[in-house]
Amino acid sequence: MPIDILMPALSPTMEEGTLSKWLKQEGDTVKSGDVIAEIETDKATMEVEAVDEGVIGKLLVPAGTENVKVNAKIAVLLQDGESASDISTAAAAPAAESAPAAPSQTEEKPASSQAPVPAEPKAPAPNDPEIPAGTEMVSMTVREALRDAMAEEMRADENVFVMGEEVAEYQGAYKITQGLLQEFGPRRVVDTPITEHGFAGVGVGAAMAGLKPIVEFMTFNFAMQAIDQIINSAAKTLYMSGGQMGAPIVFRGPNGAAARVGAQHSQDYAAWYSQIPGLKVVMPYTAADAKGLLKAAIRDPNPVIFLENEILYGHHFDVPKLDDFVLPIGKARIHRAGKDATVVSFGIGMTYAVKAVAELEAMGIDVELIDLRTIRPMDLPTVIESVKKTGRLVTVEEGYPQSSVGTEIATRVMQQAFDYLDAPILTIAGKDVPMPYAANLEKLALPNVAEVVDAVKTVCYK
Amino acid sequence: MAPRKSASVSSRKSAAKPAKTDFNGGAIAEFDRETELAAYREMLLIRRFEEKAGQLYGMGFIGGFCHLYIGQEAVVVGMQMAQKEGDQVITAYRDHGHMLACGMNARGVMAELTGRRSGYSRGKGGSMHMFSKEKNFYGGHGIVGAQVSLGTGLAFANKYRGNDSVAVAYFGDGAANQGQVYESFNMAALWKLPIVYIVENNRYAMGTSTTRATAQSNYSLRGTSFGIPGMQVDGMDVRAVKAAADEALAYCRSGKGPIILEMLTYRYRGHSMSDPAKYRTKEEVQKMRSEQDPIEQVRARLIEKGWATEDDLKAIDKEVRDIVADSADFAQSDPEPDVSELYTDILL
Repeated sequence: MPIDILMPALSPTMEEGTLSKWLKQEGDTVKSGDVIAEIETDKATMEVEAVDEGVIGKLLVPAGTENVKVNAKIAVLLQDGESASDISTAAAAPAAESAPAAPSQTEEKPASSQAPVPAEPKAPAPNDPEIPAGTEMVSMTVREALRDAMAEEMRADENVFVMGEEVAEYQGAYKITQGLLQEFGPRRVVDTPITEHGFAGVGVGAAMAGLKPIVEFMTFNFAMQAIDQIINSAAKTLYMSGGQMGAPIVFRGPNGAAARVGAQHSQDYAAWYSQIPGLKVVMPYTAADAKGLLKAAIRDPNPVIFLENEILYGHHFDVPKLDDFVLPIGKARIHRAGKDATVVSFGIGMTYAVKAVAELEAMGIDVELIDLRTIRPMDLPTVIESVKKTGRLVTVEEGYPQSSVGTEIATRVMQQAFDYLDAPILTIAGKDVPMPYAANLEKLALPNVAEVVDAVKTVCYK
Repeated sequence: MAPRKSASVSSRKSAAKPAKTDFNGGAIAEFDRETELAAYREMLLIRRFEEKAGQLYGMGFIGGFCHLYIGQEAVVVGMQMAQKEGDQVITAYRDHGHMLACGMNARGVMAELTGRRSGYSRGKGGSMHMFSKEKNFYGGHGIVGAQVSLGTGLAFANKYRGNDSVAVAYFGDGAANQGQVYESFNMAALWKLPIVYIVENNRYAMGTSTTRATAQSNYSLRGTSFGIPGMQVDGMDVRAVKAAADEALAYCRSGKGPIILEMLTYRYRGHSMSDPAKYRTKEEVQKMRSEQDPIEQVRARLIEKGWATEDDLKAIDKEVRDIVADSADFAQSDPEPDVSELYTDILL
C-alpha cells in the first residue's frame, strides 16, 4: 500500500507551516534519511527526512504553499511494485483538509470534557508508639540522640552508611558522628572532599543502587550547592520511573541560624524543601523526637530531609530507654494541652514558643502548643482539631516570612476550619532580611518570646 | 640561615601522579561474522527506531523534547557488547539508543515517548526520564551532568558491596564542562571506584561547537589532574569502541579506579526535534554520513567479506522494521495512563 507522507510538526506547539521547497520530484527514489522537502515556520526552517523507502508517487502540496496544517498529507510514497494508479482517490484529497491522526496538543478542549482531577489520596500517620509504664527515661543531648539513632540503624542494616565532610576522622564538624568511625570503620563512615554537589549526587546514585546513605551536610546552607541533586534526582526519580526506583536516602545536618555566623550560614530551609513532592521533611525539637524520627528517616524508602539545629544540639531532654524507639514521620506532637489558643511551631521555633507559653500561663492564658515535628507530610488534622477547640492560632518559626511554613498552615486552616476561627491567624517568623552579623541586629532579625506572647494576646483579644 | 622559603615550597610539592598513558584508543577489535551481524542489527534497530520516533514527533504523538541518537549508534552498541551482566548504565537525555542497547524492549520505550500507560515509566517520565531496574539502566536524566555524579554513586555501591560490576556513565561534550563532573572524577579516583566515564563528543553542545565552548577539547585528558587515564576512540567504528570498552572495563574490574573514554562521534540530527541546526553546514553532515556512517561501515565489511548477501541484510532490515513498526503501532494504541496515576509513585 502506498505510504502517506504527512506534514510534520517541528515542535509540540506548531499547528501549521509553509512547505517552502521540494527536494525530490515525482518518480524519484528515496531512502530513509533522505531530505525530501523543506518546511518553514515563524521560528525555523527544517528539513523533512524520509522515514520509509520507495518512489515518490505524487506530490500533493505544491512548493510555496503556506498554512499547511500539521499532519496533512503532502506526498505519497510508492513501495516496491506499486505504481501511481495504486494511489487511492482518498489519498489525493485536498491537502488543506487535514486528517489529524494524533491528538492535537494545542487544541483547547472544552472544560467540561476535561477528565476530573482525582482527589489526592491521604494516609493518616500512625500514632506514636506506647511507651510502656515504668520505662526508664535517660537525659541526653540532641547530639547524643542523633548519634545513637545512626549507630543503632547501622548495626541493624549493613546497607546504611554515613558520608559527608569531616564525619569520620574529625568525628563530625558538630560531633554528631562521634565514635561511628571507630565502631563501623572507614567503609561505612566516609569522609568526603568539600564537594557538596558531587557527594550529594554520589549518595543519590548509591541509593538508586539500593544502599541507604545518610548524607551529612556540614550545614544546610552548603546544601544549596547540592539542591539540584536533592530535588531533581532524589525527589523526582520515583515518579519519573513509574515507581521502579527511588532514593532511600537521608540528607541531614544543622539548618537555620546558629549564632553570629552571618547571612550565608544562617538560613532556615524548612519552607523550601517542604514545597517538593517526593520529599519528606523532618525538623525535630526534642532529643527523643530527634532519635525516634532519625531512625524512622533512615528506614524510610523515600528521600528524607532531616533539619537539625546547631543551638539545639547541646540541649538536654528525656529519651525513653528502649531497644528500638522509632517515631512515625508525619505526626505532630501536642507538647502541652490547652484551651484558649493554639500555637504551632517546630525545631528551634519551639524554644520561643515554650517560653512564651509559660509566660502566658502566668497571665492566665491557657495555650495548646503543637510541635509539628514533620513539615512534610504535614499533620494538619492535629492542628485543625486544636483550632476547633481554641478558635485561635499563632505559628512560630525562624525562617523568612514570605511563603513560610506558617503562611502555609494559615492558608490551609483558613480553608478547612474557617468557621471555627475567632481571630485572624498570626504568623511569627524571622524578619524579611538576610541575617545580619551585629549582635543587636541579629537578635532583632530572629523571632523573640515577646512577639509570640503579644501575638497570642492579640488573637485572644487581650 | 637556610633559605626557608624555597625549602618549604619544594617540600610541599607532592609526587606527581601522571595519568596512565599506555592506552591509545586506536585498537580495533576483531569481529567474526556473528559479531558483525549482531552489531549491524543492533545499530540498525536504534537508527530505525529513532527515525520512527522523529516521525511520530512530527505527527504530534510525541510531545515535549525529543533528542535523537542517529549517527552515534556505534558508541552504545560497542560498549554494550563489552559489558557483562550486572554492569550499570546511566546517561543523560539522548537516551533511546542506550535503552535499546541495554535490551529494553522497543514497545516500552516507544510507549513512554508517546506518554502511554505501558511505557517504561507508565507514561510519567517521557523521552528524557526512563529507567529499567531489570536491565540495570539507571536513566535517562534531564539535567546536564547530574548523571555523572549519580553514576559515580552506582560505582560507589559496587565497591561498597565488593562485587565486580562496573558503572558506565555517559555524558556529552557539553556536560563535560559542568563542575560536578570534576567533583565526581575526584571522588572516583580518590576511592578507586569502578566506573567508565564516556564522553560522547558529537562536536556540538546543542548549538555551540566544542571549539567555542571548551579550552581543552581533548576530553580524554580531562581526568589528567586526578590521575584518571583516558583515551580517544573512533566512536563511528563499532570495533574500535568494543576494543576500547574491553580495555576500560578490564581496568575498572581489576580495581584500578575510573577511566575516561572520549568517543569521537557525530549526531546527524539537530540537538532536539525543533533544532534547525544552522550552526553547521549541510556539507559537514553529509560528509560524515557518506564517509563514516557506523552502520554503513559494518554493512560494507559484511558484503566485502562475503559474510552476508544483500538479501541477508534486507531480511535483517525487515526484521528491524517490523519491530519498530510494531512498537509504533503499540505506542499509538496503548491508552494514556489512568487518571489515578497522577498521585501514585510520589512516595513509597
